Amino acid sequence: MDTLFDLAKVLRSKNAGPFELTFDILFDSKEVYERVKKSGKINEQTICELYNLTADQIDHLVFFDQALGIKITILRDISSGTVGDRDVYGAQQHAPLMNILID
Amino acid sequence: MTSNDVRIVSPCGILGYGFPEESFNRAFENNQKVHGIVVDAGSTDAGPHKLGAGVAIVSRRSTKKDLDIIIKNGVPRGVPIVIGSAGGAGAKPHVEWTLDIIKEIMAERCLTAKIAVIWADFTQEEIIKANYEGRITPLTPNIPALTDEVIQETNNIVAQMGHEPILEALKNGADIVVCGRAYDPSPFAAVGIYCGKDPGLSYHLGKILECGALCAEPGTTKDCIVGTLKEDSFIVQSLNPIRKCSPISVSAHTFYEKEHPYILHGPGIIIDLSQCEFTQVSEGAVEVKNSKLIKNDHYFIKLEGARKTAYRTFVIAGVRDPILVENIEEIEELVKEQVKDYYEDIPEEDYSINFYNYGKNGVLGSKETAPFQGYEIGVMFEVVAKTQEIANSICSSVRSTFLHYGYESRKSTAGNLAFPFAPSDVEFGPVYEFSLYHLMEINENPFVIEYL
Repeated sequence: MDTLFDLAKVLRSKNAGPFELTFDILFDSKEVYERVKKSGKINEQTICELYNLTADQIDHLVFFDQALGIKITILRDISSGTVGDRDVYGAQQHAPLMNILID
Repeated sequence: MTSNDVRIVSPCGILGYGFPEESFNRAFENNQKVHGIVVDAGSTDAGPHKLGAGVAIVSRRSTKKDLDIIIKNGVPRGVPIVIGSAGGAGAKPHVEWTLDIIKEIMAERCLTAKIAVIWADFTQEEIIKANYEGRITPLTPNIPALTDEVIQETNNIVAQMGHEPILEALKNGADIVVCGRAYDPSPFAAVGIYCGKDPGLSYHLGKILECGALCAEPGTTKDCIVGTLKEDSFIVQSLNPIRKCSPISVSAHTFYEKEHPYILHGPGIIIDLSQCEFTQVSEGAVEVKNSKLIKNDHYFIKLEGARKTAYRTFVIAGVRDPILVENIEEIEELVKEQVKDYYEDIPEEDYSINFYNYGKNGVLGSKETAPFQGYEIGVMFEVVAKTQEIANSICSSVRSTFLHYGYESRKSTAGNLAFPFAPSDVEFGPVYEFSLYHLMEINENPFVIEYL
């Protein structure tokens, strides 16, 4: 078992426009990417649990094989930079993904 | 490079971020032709304030430094210069701010050029009319409903332009094109299409170049990159030898800050990158093929607008006492209650008091699951209110109440907060929100070009 943080080359979050937040999990080897993909651990249920969301708040969860990457896009609770937002660029919201355990 | 190749230089990811002049100069080494210097100045990343308040995200000084290098190299050589989303948010005050800097540089360097300005502004009346005609739809379901009242409170409404008006300006012989709000890849795509290259490749190249050298390794928005459009491919290469493009670095960049990894929605178009191939053609250079452009049946542009929602005053302080650290949230709640009781004459809906406990859950808030293990907390508290005067008054009371609050078992009876600054209270000014982030269907190009 390894954490997603240990396996990924890039693990990041960022705004995709002011109303969405997108997570990129990128790998530098096909083998590791396939291992994570096949583990089935990166799924809507995991994301909903980690970010306290309902399934309709997940816009995309896509595996892009050519680029050895996974993208997850969710709706923001509060739009970027207005009252109550804690992360204007959405750049530090990836931390809950780090400890996902991959077989 | 063959004689039909089209080379586009992107100096940096945001105009005013800065870039090494040596990198930029390498684009012209060995008398290589450059077909366009294109720089994206815009972003919504920094939040709605820039658009709402009509201010830039970078300093005038740094923007002038960047533009000076671009103009002194581009104008004498006759290389078209295109600036996308001038001034950051690309509304009238941002475009005028950029033009002012350009004119200053041109005068200082005794240069002349034909300047095209493409305005991206819309009036409230235009938006209200389009809304009644059913031409406006929210981009995602979490965007607040658009009412006449919301539109009337929204100033500086802009829309992202496609390549079409920029292409027109280039065809009309503009040396410098200053665009209001533009879809980030559009200014790059316009140069590629102007030079006769494939629109799909031109847009995909634009998507990569608009971030400067971020697609190289080590990646940065503060360095220069060159894209070379060929017949059925393009090549990206850093202009700084310490940064190398690899198939992984370039393909991974297609993920960056957008909602889908290989389907991109732009003005009137969809860019499909699902079949792209990325190949290392020489050290640090990557060739990309099969970027496809699909024209939408209906032409939608993305509207952006910000409205003022409140005024803020805030305080930053440190907390080190262990009893206070252990009970921080309960004590903050008690402070809040005491202040609310004191201001019973002000309606509760006119203000809110919020605490952010950095070191504990400042970044993730209620989504934080890691157990707290620290011995000190950085507390930031804010009051957001209907008027600045109310925000200042209530924040002052929150600060004094918190500072002296006699919580249970307190030993540090002289004071609860370590302020790093005097004065402690910071008047922030207005807070904005994105009130418009909608698609609007158009039938004809609404972006007006003006030649100076």
